[in-house]
Amino acid sequence: MAYEMNFAPVLARAPLLVQGATDTIVLSAQSITLGLAIGLAAAIVRTNGPKWSSVLAGVYVEAFRNTPLLVQLFLIFFGLPYLGLRMSAEQAALFAVSINLGAYSTEIFRAGLMAIPKTQIEAGLALGMSRLQVLRHVVIVPALRIIYPALTGQLTLTLLGTSIVSAISASELTLAGARIESQTFRSLETFLVIAAIYISITFAFRLVYWLIGLRLFRRKKAPSVAQAVRPATSSEAAS
Amino acid sequence: MIQDFGWSSVQFLIMGLTWTVGLSAMTFVLGGFFGLFLAMGRALGPNWLKLVIAGYIQIVQATPLLIIVFLCFYGLSFLGLHFPPFAAAAISLAVYATAYLADIWRGCIEAIPKTQWEAADALALSRIQRLRYVILPQALRIALGPTVGFMVQIVKNTSVTALIGFVELTRAGQLLNNMTFQPFHVFLTVAAMYFALCYPLSWWSEKLKERKSGVSAH
Repeated sequence: MAYEMNFAPVLARAPLLVQGATDTIVLSAQSITLGLAIGLAAAIVRTNGPKWSSVLAGVYVEAFRNTPLLVQLFLIFFGLPYLGLRMSAEQAALFAVSINLGAYSTEIFRAGLMAIPKTQIEAGLALGMSRLQVLRHVVIVPALRIIYPALTGQLTLTLLGTSIVSAISASELTLAGARIESQTFRSLETFLVIAAIYISITFAFRLVYWLIGLRLFRRKKAPSVAQAVRPATSSEAAS
Repeated sequence: MIQDFGWSSVQFLIMGLTWTVGLSAMTFVLGGFFGLFLAMGRALGPNWLKLVIAGYIQIVQATPLLIIVFLCFYGLSFLGLHFPPFAAAAISLAVYATAYLADIWRGCIEAIPKTQWEAADALALSRIQRLRYVILPQALRIALGPTVGFMVQIVKNTSVTALIGFVELTRAGQLLNNMTFQPFHVFLTVAAMYFALCYPLSWWSEKLKERKSGVSAH
């Protein structure tokens, strides 16, 4: 137990840490944007599309939710060139994380879409609201409020999941940690610092989600349809 | 030596698969054991204990599993404790699973209405009896679906231990890929094996959740 902590060599490589943290934030933000777009599209197709396309969306969701991100990443980065689709490590990382989040968010969005009863939409139209107003005030915002905890929980998991792309040497924080570790041999200190940075980034992202939620849902009380959400979404957020 | 992807490769992957199953089971048992205590402490303990457990859960849930694995594997060996990959994998996954399971089960315990506690109290049951005969059986019913759902996460997340060289399914796939140079076949087979393991669990979890929501809707 005669080990003395020495953070100096790790902290001396601050530029690497900053670069890694920036890459992680950028990758997360990009994959969140892309993943949510995929998820929303797939959820709409799955609930309102023709039979074949909703089956296809279902297969997509189950295939990606029941295999590890790491294997998806390997399949995309090492396997797809076999089919003639070659991409850089960073592109493969963005692709894998986005498509993975897409599958999870499909289910979350679907729960939100199904939680709004048709009668609410009819009631909105009967009150003389335009279709666009109904879409915004009756469907999107209330649905979003219901799924918001599950959705932000999933986004946090996606942020943490980006650390896995270091396995194909896509540049981000964990890879920066591995580099520093191999230069300094201060493994424990390195990964403690890396962990602290991840924790800070995660809490910063959560703060942003909270602020967005505050802005989106102000002045409105939680709707009673909250019970209509399948418990699936809340537990998946926790897991 | 280059070999073709064939039956012997599949057998090699199946060997990896058994380690994935073993590690998942071990993680679930360890995580479940500690998670149960933390869940009860978090839901029912004194304030200082609640705070400590909440802190633990928050920190673990804000750290990537890969970093926890690295901390156990590289980090702790410098403290004079050397872990072989399997032990490091099991410990780090247990740390991870404990935090998530504690959080899930805390929610289930807290979901039991306060009136149930009061009713049990009125029946002159002791605190332990109240937990044992009234609260936990009901909480268990709610917890079943999400717990099985989390088992899927455990199975998938054991793949991360491939990155410290523990030969489970994903690592076996990497090794096989180095031998055969047929990444598409190898990783598609690996993915299919994970799917075969996870999909029945996901399906079961959904069924349990449906049953539960059907009951609670009266």
